[in-house]
Amino acid sequence: MLRYILNRVLLMIPTLLGAAVLVFVLMRLIPGDICVLRLASGGGMDQQVLANCRQEIGTDQPMLVQFLQFMKGLLTLDFGKSMWTGRPIIDEIGLRFQLSLQVAIMATITAILIAIPLGTISAVKQNTWIDYVVRGFSIAGVAMPSFWLGILIILGILITSKALFGSPWMPPIRYVPLWVDPFYNLSMLIWPALATGYRYSAVATRMTRSAMLEVLREDYVRTARAKGVYHKLIVRRHALRNALLPVVTILGIEFAFLMGGLVVTEQVFNLNGLGKLFVESVSNQDYNMTQALVMLVVAIFALTNLFIDILYGWLDPRIRYNR
Amino acid sequence: MATISRPADQAPSRPSRLAQLWQFCAENPLGAAGGFVVIVMIAMAVLADAVTVYDPTRNNFGAMLEAPSREYWLGTDQFGRDLYTRIVYGARTALSVGFISAFVGGTLGLILGVASAHFGGRFDLIMQGIMDVLMAFPLIILALAMVSIFGTGTQNVILAITIPFIPRCARVVRSSALAVRETPYIDAARACGFGHARIVMRHMVPNVFAPYLVVMTAAVGQAILLEASLSFLGLGVQEPVPAWGLMLRGGAQDYAESAPWVAIFPGIAISLAVFGFNLFGDALRDWLDPKLKV
Repeated sequence: MLRYILNRVLLMIPTLLGAAVLVFVLMRLIPGDICVLRLASGGGMDQQVLANCRQEIGTDQPMLVQFLQFMKGLLTLDFGKSMWTGRPIIDEIGLRFQLSLQVAIMATITAILIAIPLGTISAVKQNTWIDYVVRGFSIAGVAMPSFWLGILIILGILITSKALFGSPWMPPIRYVPLWVDPFYNLSMLIWPALATGYRYSAVATRMTRSAMLEVLREDYVRTARAKGVYHKLIVRRHALRNALLPVVTILGIEFAFLMGGLVVTEQVFNLNGLGKLFVESVSNQDYNMTQALVMLVVAIFALTNLFIDILYGWLDPRIRYNR
Repeated sequence: MATISRPADQAPSRPSRLAQLWQFCAENPLGAAGGFVVIVMIAMAVLADAVTVYDPTRNNFGAMLEAPSREYWLGTDQFGRDLYTRIVYGARTALSVGFISAFVGGTLGLILGVASAHFGGRFDLIMQGIMDVLMAFPLIILALAMVSIFGTGTQNVILAITIPFIPRCARVVRSSALAVRETPYIDAARACGFGHARIVMRHMVPNVFAPYLVVMTAAVGQAILLEASLSFLGLGVQEPVPAWGLMLRGGAQDYAESAPWVAIFPGIAISLAVFGFNLFGDALRDWLDPKLKV
């Protein structure tokens, strides 16, 4: 097992390296210059000032030197300073990471709470009206853009709060950690979590349904039935446990994407998360920040995949990683 | 040589196209519904000039934020532009982005995927490595990076959406092509001394067409969604071009309370289009290749 994990971690290195090269090259392909952008916002544009700025943030160095510095930073986990704000990248990311992680976890919980019961019941009651309603619900979830769902949720909050309290209420926009003021925190983050959670539940519901349908036709389910095991027990213990593998995979992949891919939803709900930071750093040409962010997202993605594989062995004891 | 590669049962007994279409609809009512939505969207895009009376881009400050009425079926936006007209013209933007990026991205993926399976060895390993790296990026992040490089505007958005699709299609096609590679007719083609290009294009590509078509249909829906997201962020199609995502930007949120139609109808258009392509794609998958999962 340990050897398997070690092997997998080693296999992550080429992916991470490839991602590092890709983001390094992509960032430098973007036309423009961070120093010009920075100075333009400050007024005067002097060749000497421009050169000083380039020297300060290191863009005057040859590409290879810049790349090696980036690699050194990765290896020592010292990402340096943001080229835009001058603050340490670890601090800038840390602030947003909390928020993004919380939304991602809450959205995943929402997705699980919706997908597993609905997918299961839809499979058990295949081709009845319940099945059709659930399928319609999940197909709608895939088709609806989550930012539109977000707008609708905000619209709903406005209209209901106005009807109930007389004055419109809006979710707070300043992030407060969960342990400081749980009510305030949840009243802010529950909405984006619902909007994205519903969308992600749709894919997982469909997956649960098709996996359950397959498992319910297995011989051991028939055997259990013949033994006279309660229907509920068959569904829960015999079928669901075996149907969960592909669902766990889907949920894991989505969780990884939620960490970096919430760009649009964050915009709708005015959240200061990783996605927003990414958009800002790309448009500001903040090489250091973008590189660090991309490496973070790719690393989360790779680690989540590893975690899912380990979870497989736990969910299905037949899977062994001895080789 | 053509007689060898043609399947033996392509005899006159094959049912007519119309009968096949009918059978498809009867077996997949949901898919047929999706197909219907797709056809309506295409008709809207093609006949936009004929089915609308207003100019989609001209401001009319005498009719700002009008509620839906007989005159303005779906109301007007904050510049007094008719929403129905803009949604119909928006279908043009959405479908051209969707079709072109899905087709180009899918086709490049098809060629790379088949080539990767055909050549195998080091070429395959390197290709798969590159694809792995590209797939590790969330779709929207890769598209955002592309937009930053190429700039905004419809053509650049198409390019930005096309590139992230290539690895996704290549991955699916490659796995089918690996199976095709082992078949006797590929051995036969090799024994005949055909070149790589001929084997790939004439013998392998036609046999992985089913997964290619399925991935491509699914990609159209995704591309429409991506274009809407990028335009919503202000990084996609630019004003005054009518585009659904762009219509939800700015005005829709500011006026959500007083003029909810501005926020509601473009979203319905996006959802319906994606819904249609997804249902149609699912049915196509079941019909062409029941074992394939995308």
